[in-house]
Amino acid sequence: MVEWLSTLSVWMIPALIVFIPLYAAFKKVPVYETFVEGAKDGFGTAISIIPHIVGMMVAISMFRASGAMDMLLSVFKPLLAPLGVPAEVLPLGLLRPLTGAGSLAYTTDLIKSFGPDSMIGRIASTIQGSTDTTLYVITVYFGAVGIRKSRYALKVGLFSDLVGFAASIAVCLLLFS
Amino acid sequence: MVNWIWLFMIVVSVVSAAVTGKLEAVTEAAFDGAKTGVTVSFGLISILVFWLGLMRIGEDAGLLRVLSRMLGPAVRFLFPDVPRNHPALGYIMSNMAANLLGLGNAATPMGIKAMQELQKLNPDQETATPAMCTLLALNTSSITLVPTTLIAIRLQYESANAAEIVGSTIAATAVATAAAILADRWYRSRASRSKRPPMTPPYTAPPHAGKGGEAVG
Repeated sequence: MVEWLSTLSVWMIPALIVFIPLYAAFKKVPVYETFVEGAKDGFGTAISIIPHIVGMMVAISMFRASGAMDMLLSVFKPLLAPLGVPAEVLPLGLLRPLTGAGSLAYTTDLIKSFGPDSMIGRIASTIQGSTDTTLYVITVYFGAVGIRKSRYALKVGLFSDLVGFAASIAVCLLLFS
Repeated sequence: MVNWIWLFMIVVSVVSAAVTGKLEAVTEAAFDGAKTGVTVSFGLISILVFWLGLMRIGEDAGLLRVLSRMLGPAVRFLFPDVPRNHPALGYIMSNMAANLLGLGNAATPMGIKAMQELQKLNPDQETATPAMCTLLALNTSSITLVPTTLIAIRLQYESANAAEIVGSTIAATAVATAAAILADRWYRSRASRSKRPPMTPPYTAPPHAGKGGEAVG
């Protein structure tokens, strides 16, 4: 399982990079021109997230610099240390379902502070990449059609976030230590 | 909700900094955070430009359609109460296919189209149907094959192997999606056993939630 996942990490991107253009060429798509056309959207997407990331990044760096983050983490450290789980990733579990920009900013802050190849950096990357912002998805999807009673949807979403959070930690501890 | 989290972090930071005499450090951190935000966003340009270019090739080649067709049996299993030839199923498949490829910008419009089609099958226009809840469960746990944003950020901070998280992310997201599907099935069977739709605490959107949009998935 562990080896299989590592192989997946090595092969997924190069496989897509070669398979997609090959398949498209076979379907008579002008591959390079199509690439350039689609790539134009990437610039706008990156620029449009600047206000979100800056706003959240400011709040999170202040929170860390003020010592409030350490105070918060010191409560959980003794509970999580025996399990080998770094307490630093805990706030990410809270932020992830609520705000996509906030959790991305916090992940960035962790990668910046502890390094991308530290266990904290890897766990944070995995948590951030493995689920979507539940509250946002519910608001957008149900809001679009005027559903006001979401029944059990929020519970299912939050439950899956919790499972994904635990799974990310477990998988990283298994895979990278 | 987001407004409160943001306000909470800022207020707590300044208050605790004032108590512990770290005000200068906090001011500096605010400016430093803003700078990091811009640097990181700029760093995303390279990957996003490249990846969206690649994905456009896939879209134009009809890869989304192929992937959608492959998802057909899974979608029909997950949405037993939607008629087989209903247009909602097609949109659900496209939504899942776009999520798989990490095309958030394509996934959301498809998902909303699917919701609108499901709404046509809904007897009570204000209450979510089980099918709507399933669609939502799939989207909140969204399976993505390549977490491009994270790879870009790891690259910026000089990761020795930025893509090493692809495997762990796929494993974690698969577990999360399985949990979402199981929980959804459980609530579905409970709902159908008790006949009348159970009125679990209704979710009422906070007045400003999502306003201005979260551009980050």
